[in-house]
Amino acid sequence: MTKSDYVIEMRKITKDFSGFKANDQIDLKVKPGEIHALLGENGAGKSTLMNILSGLLAPTSGEILMNGEPVSIDNPTIANQLGIGMVHQHFMLVDAFTVTENIILGTEPSTGGVINRKQAQKEIQELSDRYGLAVDPTAKVSEISVGMQQRAEILKILYRGAKVLIFDEPTAVLTPQEIDELIEIMKGLVAEGKSIILITHKLAEIKLAADRCTVIRRGKSIGTVEVADASSEELATMMVGHSVTFKIPKAPAQIGAPVLNVKQLEVKESRGIPAVKGIDFTVHAGEILGVAGIDGNGQTELIEALTGLRKVSSGSIEIEGHDLTNAPVRKITEMGVSHVPEDRHKYGLVLQMSLAENLSLQTYYHQPLSHHGILDYKQIRKHALRLIKTYDIRTTNEQLKAGELSGGNQQKAIIARELDRDAKLIIVSQPTRGLDVGAIEYIHRQLIDQRDKGKAVLLVSFELDEIMNLSDRIIVLHDGKIAGEVRPETTTEQELGLLMAGSSKQAAAQEVK
Amino acid sequence: MLRVSQPVKKILVPLISIILGFLVGAIVMLIFSYSPMQAYSSMLRGALGTSSAIGETLRQATPLIFTALGFSVASSAGFFNIGLSGQALAGWIGSIWIALAFPNLPTYILLPLAILVGALAGAITAAVPGVLRAFFGTSEVIVTIMLNYVVLYLSTYLMQNIMPKSFRTSQDATQSISAHASLRMSWLSDLFGGSRINGGLFLALIALVAVWFIMKKTTLGFEIRSVGMNPFASEYAGMSSKRTIIMSMVLSGILAGLGGVVEGLGTYQNFFTQTASLSIGFDGMAVSLLGSGSSVGILLSGILFSVLKIGGLGMQTGAGVPFEIVNIVVASIIFFVAIDYVIGLLFKQRQTRETEQIATQKTQTSTTTSSDIPDNQEKKGGRIS
Repeated sequence: MTKSDYVIEMRKITKDFSGFKANDQIDLKVKPGEIHALLGENGAGKSTLMNILSGLLAPTSGEILMNGEPVSIDNPTIANQLGIGMVHQHFMLVDAFTVTENIILGTEPSTGGVINRKQAQKEIQELSDRYGLAVDPTAKVSEISVGMQQRAEILKILYRGAKVLIFDEPTAVLTPQEIDELIEIMKGLVAEGKSIILITHKLAEIKLAADRCTVIRRGKSIGTVEVADASSEELATMMVGHSVTFKIPKAPAQIGAPVLNVKQLEVKESRGIPAVKGIDFTVHAGEILGVAGIDGNGQTELIEALTGLRKVSSGSIEIEGHDLTNAPVRKITEMGVSHVPEDRHKYGLVLQMSLAENLSLQTYYHQPLSHHGILDYKQIRKHALRLIKTYDIRTTNEQLKAGELSGGNQQKAIIARELDRDAKLIIVSQPTRGLDVGAIEYIHRQLIDQRDKGKAVLLVSFELDEIMNLSDRIIVLHDGKIAGEVRPETTTEQELGLLMAGSSKQAAAQEVK
Repeated sequence: MLRVSQPVKKILVPLISIILGFLVGAIVMLIFSYSPMQAYSSMLRGALGTSSAIGETLRQATPLIFTALGFSVASSAGFFNIGLSGQALAGWIGSIWIALAFPNLPTYILLPLAILVGALAGAITAAVPGVLRAFFGTSEVIVTIMLNYVVLYLSTYLMQNIMPKSFRTSQDATQSISAHASLRMSWLSDLFGGSRINGGLFLALIALVAVWFIMKKTTLGFEIRSVGMNPFASEYAGMSSKRTIIMSMVLSGILAGLGGVVEGLGTYQNFFTQTASLSIGFDGMAVSLLGSGSSVGILLSGILFSVLKIGGLGMQTGAGVPFEIVNIVVASIIFFVAIDYVIGLLFKQRQTRETEQIATQKTQTSTTTSSDIPDNQEKKGGRIS
């Protein structure tokens, strides 16, 4: 048996989907005990490559070696047996089960058909302690935080004996503090001899966590670099193929009259528990008001209340002096409100409909797209072609189903539909979630353009960078209340982080000093 | 494996299902030592052999087209309308009642009026589960199933106890309607050897075009399809899902009601006690599924089903093969349509780059938000597409 320098070696992996090469001769070499980042834009082929490694897809050509031995990973079970485990971006957990039950699911240790829960619980506790995961094995998944759920996922693959852990965009759902903790956990895992492949398109995390980084672009390996030797700019250039501006220059805001006035707003979430607990704020024409906060602190409910999707329990919402509290969605839309929703698949698009129909989703009932209830498909097509051109939506044609577009182009389609309506107030939630650097840059430019045209923009985002770069003012939501209002020029990420975690503004300012 | 494009596959899958269905029927016949060749040829003769047989086949297809259209409209909105039988029955008795109440009105008033009242009766019956679902979130499946029984027994009660005695010939049947209210057309019956074929066929053809137009070309159809595919995005776009659900059910009920109207004013010319839910309700669902909800598909599969039904009788008399074989064939066809995925595996689909890419990405993100979207119903219901 030859001892190799690499625990995983993927050689010249090609995956051909009838003529389209999702992976074209990709090489990936992972050393034992390292965190190896896999960097690439959406659609670059990261997922395809990892699906091949975890046995979900078979490569067209190329070979995979583990510790120098060729292996053929025909299905996920073999990947498991070889010690390759994946922490999925979207957790594969049963909410009603405890952490232990979730972890043993499928491999329940039992004696005579009775699950040996105690034994399993003990083993999981040991694993959790050993890797510093601090997960309570008896807690129900529905009752623990997203960060803890992710750790339960990590425990699950460790319990199954994984030696190589694949993390798929693990930080997308985490708060800044949780991200720091996760990076510590990953470092702890490699210190214990595990190897980690980290799929991401966030450069900051690669700089913090990874030892080496392989960049792929349009299905081809661009190269592998030592992270310590490469700057973020260099990595970004490798990823997109041209240089990228991280911070979009913007002129000082020309603040106009108030557009959106929210007073003492209270909103309940679906189970009837208050989610927004009496907040006041104003958005003016020509400014971007950023709403920072950790996911689940009332942002979703706030946006839904503003756009008419959820009932307001008390307080008022006024747009240019018109009371729109609990108004129907369409009336709010007609008052000049655009909405780029947080969840583009659930709310933003009808995935099985064509791109053209989706681009008409907010205006189909108006002239010229329809006359007296009869749709004019010629005009719908013309309208779609114009938006596709203006907003640079990459598609083969306007009849393609929205679900067949890439994530970035789906978001561009929504942005196109919403910005093209020339609204007074643009409500944008998580506009760049899951998008690559190029698309993010594009969307940020569009939002700043809208501001400069005198539109009022309300931006909700969990990404601090996004909030800091785009906003003219920032309010921080914590537990349904405004924890503080800051200006991006005078605040720091630390101060924002503390406000998001619930410190008062004074306390946060103190601590940062 | 054959390489075919998506539209070709869409046609091939039901065709192969039909062939396999007939094969299963043949195997069953062989097991019970009947001759499949003889049986199927007498079936064809029975359904299409004479002009009167063709007339009866078209007559039988008429209500099926209506109920199938009704099913497909509702399922486009994500609504599983199992109450077609009850809605058709309401349409039947409603139209007959009007026809008997005003027998002497001129045709150009009485016939449209009777048809309208029948359609309305179907619409009201269907609106009940629609309203319950829209405002209280009640499962339409349970409500529509139970309403089938309510309408079944209510129709008998109405005829036996509420309808004026003079309308009835016996406890169990009404008088025949006057010629003023009849859908029969003498030239048409003559053309098809005196069969019971009637003007309902033309109404069905008009309905096929009208439903296609409403679903594809109007804002209402756009809203129905949108709500059916993604109720959340539809609400986001300011569509009222309550209104859309009720409208789609009303439309569905109108069509199912018309299915009953053509039975009453066309085929039977009266109303008589029904002992079980109308089979056109359930056959209509099957026709819609086989026709994948499209207008042309429904027309063709409606005709196929009536060939089976009418021809089945010929098979029994001509070849001595029990009629029940027909039910086996029908059930097998539906079975094969339902496992279209398996049949689809016979073909390697020519996929575009985009769909491939998505396919790979889907394996990753399939558990995300998209699990909340009812896209899994996309292929199931025979929706207008």
